[in-house]
Amino acid sequence: MKLVTAIIKPFKLDDVREALSEIGVQGVTVTEVKGFGRQKGHTELYRGAEYVVDFLPKVKVEIAIGDNLLDQVIESITKAANTGKIGDGKIFVTELEQAIRIRTGETGEEAV
Amino acid sequence: MENNVFELQYAIDTFYFLVMGALVMWMAAGFAMLESGLVRAKNTTEILAKNMALYAIACIMYLVCGYAIMYGGSLFLSGIQDVDVPSVLSSFTTREDGFAGGAIYSSASDFFFQVVFVATAMSIVSGAVAERMKLWTFLVFAVFMTGFIYPLEGSWTWGGNAVFGMYSLGDLGFSDFAGSGIVHMAGAAAALAGVLLLGARKGKYGPNGEVRAFPGANLPLATLGTFILWMGWFGFNGGSVLKLGDIANANSVAMVFLNTNTAAAGGAVAALITARLMFGKADLTMLLNGALAGLVVITAEPSTPSALTATLFGAMGGVLVVLSIIALDKLRIDDPVGAISVHGVCGLLGLLLVPVTNGDVSFSGQLIGAATIFVWVFVASLVVWGILKAVMGLRVSEEEEYEGTDLSECGMEAYPEFVNGKQ
Repeated sequence: MKLVTAIIKPFKLDDVREALSEIGVQGVTVTEVKGFGRQKGHTELYRGAEYVVDFLPKVKVEIAIGDNLLDQVIESITKAANTGKIGDGKIFVTELEQAIRIRTGETGEEAV
Repeated sequence: MENNVFELQYAIDTFYFLVMGALVMWMAAGFAMLESGLVRAKNTTEILAKNMALYAIACIMYLVCGYAIMYGGSLFLSGIQDVDVPSVLSSFTTREDGFAGGAIYSSASDFFFQVVFVATAMSIVSGAVAERMKLWTFLVFAVFMTGFIYPLEGSWTWGGNAVFGMYSLGDLGFSDFAGSGIVHMAGAAAALAGVLLLGARKGKYGPNGEVRAFPGANLPLATLGTFILWMGWFGFNGGSVLKLGDIANANSVAMVFLNTNTAAAGGAVAALITARLMFGKADLTMLLNGALAGLVVITAEPSTPSALTATLFGAMGGVLVVLSIIALDKLRIDDPVGAISVHGVCGLLGLLLVPVTNGDVSFSGQLIGAATIFVWVFVASLVVWGILKAVMGLRVSEEEEYEGTDLSECGMEAYPEFVNGKQ
């Protein structure tokens, strides 16, 4: 099993969710996060004084899947979250040791 | 029959006064929303507590001694409820100008209308010292401001008394219709004295002269507050005509409403354009300050300018307020909501513009009046703030300021998160 963690632009969340549903992903977890990458922050103006916003708002999507879905998931997210501009985000893939469905006690790929 | 008409006139003028007073009372809500919107979220509860408490303190102190100092009469308003109907009627019938003469109304309604002005002056202070002053120090200052400092200054102007028995502002040709100077600049003078002793919010000004922005937490509330103030101002200026019950005064009231509204509009548009030209963006907070600046400017004389002149006066305030806010930041005078610029600088402009449209008022009288009000309120406030600094301290500690005054002063947050409701 794999845990796919994607950091994307907030306005692309709906597109990513739809694309994942289409390939049969059963569930995702979404968190609003802030951070910076090569895009860095940007400056804003308030009452004539400039201030720097160092951390930009992003959305973190976490998806637990069986190994067979990995390539499709990566392709779907890459396509759906792409704008071609700086700040589109990243996808991280990690090994997932175990998954348990709390209601039934199922484990492994049955549970994701 | 004639007595019935006078009874009706007394009733309608009293009623008018009370409704206008209720509108001005609502300005307290406007100040509370404006200030809570322009401070950071961690200081929201405390600024709301200050606004509610200062209003209540102003009402009580003005009742205890403020009204007596300003307009004469007894302490604690004793006897204000007694009305001798025959003698009221005879004061109508024996005067020569009869129906069109000056307003005669209930004394209690006069107190009610005046007391909400005191609260307005004090509300101005809370915004300027926000985010770093101790709650209780501020409230003790409110006792002195609303019970003594403001009423004494009011007694020299609207009360008609000589300044410490030396000179009379009325004789010098001073006029301030609804209080650009008497209320607004007075509040700003007290605020300036406080800010000078208090210092800027931590981190506001960098070591190399840079000015750092502390964006307000809730601009919808700040906008709502400004609209509430704009609406309340119809009572502030409209009620200051003091009478509705004849054609000339009814017409004057209508002009005052019209001019008050259009001056605010002029101030808003002018500030919006000024901010756009200076910063390249339409700064909402400057737009809000601009509308208020227009209102403060027209308050000194809303009855004599033409509608176009009133708009231009308001627009002058709108430009001035943006420049003033920038200038105060350059001087490192930290005023989170722009109260000193809106009420002080534009209040002075309002006073100085009165002779342009009102021939009975002299420019020199306005200057002397403005100087008298400013020097008295500034110096008296400086003394009181200074004593409070020595006795109680003005500022919360550095750590408390970092954590937010909501926690250190009120022990509660405005927007609590991760609260366990099951315990």
